Amino acid sequence: MQPQAEMRSPMCPYPFRVLEIAEEMPRCMTMRVAPDDATGDTAFAPGQFYMIYVFGHGEVPISTSGDPAKSGELTFTVMAVGSVTQALCALKQGDVIGLRGPFGRAWPVDLVKGRDVIVMAGGLGLAPLRPSIYHMLSNRNDYADLALLYGTRQPQSIIFRQTLAHWREDAPIDVEVTVDTAGRDWPGKVGVVTELLMGRRPDPSKTSALICGPEIMMRFSAYALMELGIAAENIYVSMERNMKCAVKMCGRCQYGPFFVCADGPVFAFNQVEQLFRIREL
Amino acid sequence: MIGTDQTSVIEREDLQSLFDVVIARGYVPVGPTVRDGAIVFDEVCRVEDLPGGWTEDQDAGSYRLKRRHDTALFGYNNGPHSWKKYLFPPRAKLWEAVKTENNGLTVREAEDTKRPFAFIGVRSCDLHALQVQDAVFMNPKHPDPLYAGRRGKALVIVVNCGQAAKTCFCTSMNTGPRAEGGYDLALTEILDGDDHYFIAEPGSPDGYSLLAGIPHREADSADVLAAQECTKRAAEQIGRKIEISDVKDLLYRNYDNERWDALERRCLTCANCTMACPTCFCSKVEDVTDLTGGHAERWREWDSCFTMDFSYIHGGSVRPTTRSRYRQWLIHKLATWLDQFGMSGCVGCGRCITWCPVGIDLTEEVRLIRASEKDKEADDG
Repeated sequence: MQPQAEMRSPMCPYPFRVLEIAEEMPRCMTMRVAPDDATGDTAFAPGQFYMIYVFGHGEVPISTSGDPAKSGELTFTVMAVGSVTQALCALKQGDVIGLRGPFGRAWPVDLVKGRDVIVMAGGLGLAPLRPSIYHMLSNRNDYADLALLYGTRQPQSIIFRQTLAHWREDAPIDVEVTVDTAGRDWPGKVGVVTELLMGRRPDPSKTSALICGPEIMMRFSAYALMELGIAAENIYVSMERNMKCAVKMCGRCQYGPFFVCADGPVFAFNQVEQLFRIREL
Repeated sequence: MIGTDQTSVIEREDLQSLFDVVIARGYVPVGPTVRDGAIVFDEVCRVEDLPGGWTEDQDAGSYRLKRRHDTALFGYNNGPHSWKKYLFPPRAKLWEAVKTENNGLTVREAEDTKRPFAFIGVRSCDLHALQVQDAVFMNPKHPDPLYAGRRGKALVIVVNCGQAAKTCFCTSMNTGPRAEGGYDLALTEILDGDDHYFIAEPGSPDGYSLLAGIPHREADSADVLAAQECTKRAAEQIGRKIEISDVKDLLYRNYDNERWDALERRCLTCANCTMACPTCFCSKVEDVTDLTGGHAERWREWDSCFTMDFSYIHGGSVRPTTRSRYRQWLIHKLATWLDQFGMSGCVGCGRCITWCPVGIDLTEEVRLIRASEKDKEADDG
């Protein structure tokens, strides 16, 4: 038996207060929150997620989207797609939410040290990847070439515009953005994200890739990277499933033999490649 | 444990003292009793509360109580309930929260006010089911306080099976019919002419202490033999079988087997199998507020992988078809559970077979999947 002090339910949230909340695009908000009492901790690894509770509405799993080096606060980017995320997006500065976490396996930022890293993001998938980019840029000498290939539906759905502009102009990372469809006023590229790999000649022996986006985007991206010779074990994806507990108890996030909450959300592609081929898993 | 000098005999007329002792020691005795045409688990304080003289006919999709020709107190197998309803209640409050000044939030964990349980009449398969759920809810990194608290305090009194239902297959799963350990006290009921008594084997300090409070005598070799014959008889009655040595690999190879299409047409996705299963642990949570909006609660409820909502994420359910939901359940139970927890999720109790309204039998499904591979091999050969 565990001593009583450690028996606090893993289901109990801790209070965090909204410092700032700003719109990324319609129905999509980025918020910074800080612990509202001494019990809250803010240390996390890039790619990990928290369960966010909105008073009376319920709870949703959301990955952190902020800089892991920044202590005392956490950043989340949320799209209003259901009742809880709608309530989250309607929060105001000063409101209090509940947080539990961080949970799950992080992006392998230590394992890929010394290598070229290609980060591929689809849509809101850029949010769980941003902490890994912050981390690699803060420890830039630990990595060889860095590239961010970001695809989204249309120019209006590009998130983190300021961050992207800053990285593009001032940071030692190669940033490319493409959109699926755009009007004539869009000066950038049009096409799916895998097209940004065309013309690239990554060295398979020293390149790793981190991918996050819709499952179909991750599948096509992973196979496109494998066609360039990059091994499945050097490609990482972040999975999404329904979750209620985040501690392997509610059973809902099962993905074949894995629990996405604890064995993921980040998986090496060779762990899940067979599962990707099974429909309705 | 059987055959040691601690093996004892408790006469039928002394069995009431078992209930009296556990009640005196502060436990709530729960065990089998007849209600609503079935043998269910509830509070049982007297021997008369037990289903004396009752048994049942079970088969795929069928359960009927019937009278025995004797006065056996445990002459039946498992009904629709399992012990998980006490340790992992169907609905439990996890915490409550109040809004405080300045928009603040205070969360208070729900307290468990129940007295410790004494489980009386745990079958060997269900004893294994407890151990399967222990692995889920007592993970040392983040134990569930409600489950861990109740399990740590519960007294487990096994009754070894002297008969098998048609749906039983514990012998395939290596979970019975005789309990080999992990209990406080194990009883085997013996009816021999006018003699009616229990062979009692203590399995823990609590079990020894309990036995000491009940009138008993030392068992002799004939008693020990009678107990062994009793569970041997149960084992011989078992007709269903799963070949488990390679079942994980078999199922991993067969995510696309056409049997799943046949199940798409048969399975009603009613979730009965998951409710009756003693190891199924999936849950949902419900967040509620009171009318003032200042007080919120979170409740956990049993849920089932057979519902559409279970796998819902933005954009829809991950498993919209019956085929994929039955496949998730069966492959989890018999295959992925091994990777997740190092043990099978099935204990061979047969409840899912009995309580399936259309009589789907997982032992048959596994056999048909295996046969389809053999047919294919023959065709290819």
